Amino acid sequence: MEDFSLRHDARQPAGGARKMAIVGVVASGNLEVLVERVVPERECLVEIRTTAEGFGAVWNAVVADFVDRYSPGGLKFSINDGGARPDTVSLRLAQAVRLMEVEQ
Amino acid sequence: MATWQLEREARDARVQAGSAVAKGKIVEARDATRLLEAIVRPGDRVCLEGDNQKQADLLSAALLSVDVAKVNNLHMVQSGVVLPEHLDVFERGVAKKLDFAYSGPQSARIATMLFGGKIELGAVHTYLELFARYFIDLTPNVALVAAVSADRDGNLYTGPNTEDTPTVVEATAFKDGVVVAQVNQIVDKVPRVDIPADRVHFIVEADKRFFVEPLFTRDPAAITEGQILTAMLAIKGIYGPYGVQRLNHGIGFSTAAIELLLPTYGEKLGLKGKVATHFALNPHPALIPAIESGWVKQIHSFGSEVGMENYIRARSDIYFTGADGSLRSNRAYCQTAGLYACDMFIGSTLQIDLQGNSSTVTTSRIAGFGGAPNMGADARGRRHPSEPWLKAGQEADPDGHVLLRRGRKLVVQIGETFGDKNVPLFVEKLDALELAEKLNLDLAPVMIYGDDVTHIVTEEGIANLLLCRSSDEREQAIRGIAGYTDVGRGRDLGQVQRLRERGVIRRPEDLGINPLDADRSILAARSIKDIVHWSGGLYEPPSKFRNW
Repeated sequence: MEDFSLRHDARQPAGGARKMAIVGVVASGNLEVLVERVVPERECLVEIRTTAEGFGAVWNAVVADFVDRYSPGGLKFSINDGGARPDTVSLRLAQAVRLMEVEQ
Repeated sequence: MATWQLEREARDARVQAGSAVAKGKIVEARDATRLLEAIVRPGDRVCLEGDNQKQADLLSAALLSVDVAKVNNLHMVQSGVVLPEHLDVFERGVAKKLDFAYSGPQSARIATMLFGGKIELGAVHTYLELFARYFIDLTPNVALVAAVSADRDGNLYTGPNTEDTPTVVEATAFKDGVVVAQVNQIVDKVPRVDIPADRVHFIVEADKRFFVEPLFTRDPAAITEGQILTAMLAIKGIYGPYGVQRLNHGIGFSTAAIELLLPTYGEKLGLKGKVATHFALNPHPALIPAIESGWVKQIHSFGSEVGMENYIRARSDIYFTGADGSLRSNRAYCQTAGLYACDMFIGSTLQIDLQGNSSTVTTSRIAGFGGAPNMGADARGRRHPSEPWLKAGQEADPDGHVLLRRGRKLVVQIGETFGDKNVPLFVEKLDALELAEKLNLDLAPVMIYGDDVTHIVTEEGIANLLLCRSSDEREQAIRGIAGYTDVGRGRDLGQVQRLRERGVIRRPEDLGINPLDADRSILAARSIKDIVHWSGGLYEPPSKFRNW
């Protein structure tokens, strides 16, 4: 197990008004993302708990690209990772930010 | 006086020798090895029918058991190296040299034997290329083929898996070779004549049906959301804009995902009737929902697929069928159709380099190419226009003379940036190069050359290589969709951004694709059982795909 968190500035606040959402599942090669609108709206926080150790550089790159592409200001992402591939992580994060735009 | 019929005389002598163990043309299964010892000579070129699917398994076992003092140093010329016996004959010294096209299940062992010097490799071919050589410099002396049934005269019924048989028999029988067929059954009258009797010299009735591998069944339950996303990119970013109606699909999960998205996502995009109407394709079960939804007009097939027999029979408007109602496949014709009459090939690969060259050869696996190099190549002899072909040609050469400019076939490589066991799809140097250096080959086994590839699709986006104007742009376009592989992380951010602005690279968000749609619920069938339902119970999946 490895835990770490990444904090980024966001260009603009994330869309939508939803407070919280969950995507994905905790399984081998997959991940669960809990997203909450709880941080200042020009910031973004990603907390990662992963079973695969030693991939910090890839996580940094994936999260930096994600923030750049989706500008998820105001959102905190808590990731429970079962050793997912980086492309799966990118997809889940993108799904999470879009889900926050969907009316409940 | 010169003699001009030596080969015919030699053939007659072989047939006469074989007749000693036959009654008419019929040979008992237990005498198959004696038959082969009588008709095969040392150093012969032998085609042991190992197709992509159908296997002359009884005859391969019989060949393996021959007395090596009588039969040895054979040159095997066969499209598929599929059964263990296909390689055992090299271990035993029955055979020495090999020319082939595909080696799927034996890919690891064939690599070991090549490195160990057990096999002298002629070349790895694409199907059509090997078939062509059957008529020029690799004509078989003896062909050992497989059929469903034969009558006593030797007329053969191949059933839905006709595959390579007509081509192999044509090359052998009309050039003084000997043709032996193993059949599941000898009958009074065959349901239809796939091979006429005067091309067949001996028939062996097998005690069990020939082996056929279900190679084209993909369980929708195993399709990932990443594959769904790449499939959505392909449909919205390539099928739609080019209006691709005539095409061939590879056998991977990404193209299975495309097949299962046509009736859902494709429908939503309004593409029904505008794309994916005519196929050169095996009877993929995953295409059933699209067929049932009225997307597909016609399919010609290389071979068949286990479990699809009744469905095909009931959908003769779609498939090619014989007088008996069952599928007639033909690999040589279908490969020709894929080369000349299709506007797109889309399939997966194992490795892609920085110029777009791709290969399924790795240092530990020599899988061969099958039909991909042919399907995935621009036909330089093509002369008929079509909208996608002209549009691709225009993108590649915008300044060329409109009436003189060649069109281009769309050759699309699709896959996730990380494959099985997290192995990256993108590499700086293909393993095929290392293999060629180690084995001292004249040519690296490249499946599709970079200059034939027009698009690469990954979950990160589409790279349109037609729009690249230099090898540097090409490299950055490929890096720009290579995700978090080393190749992808080595991109020049500024250059990739400029390529994106020019539409050379297109991301899901550039195409208005919502990542939330990349969900398994969008698949028209989410299990094999769903496909059975779509088929109205006509599709009968093999037991290994039944889990209900």
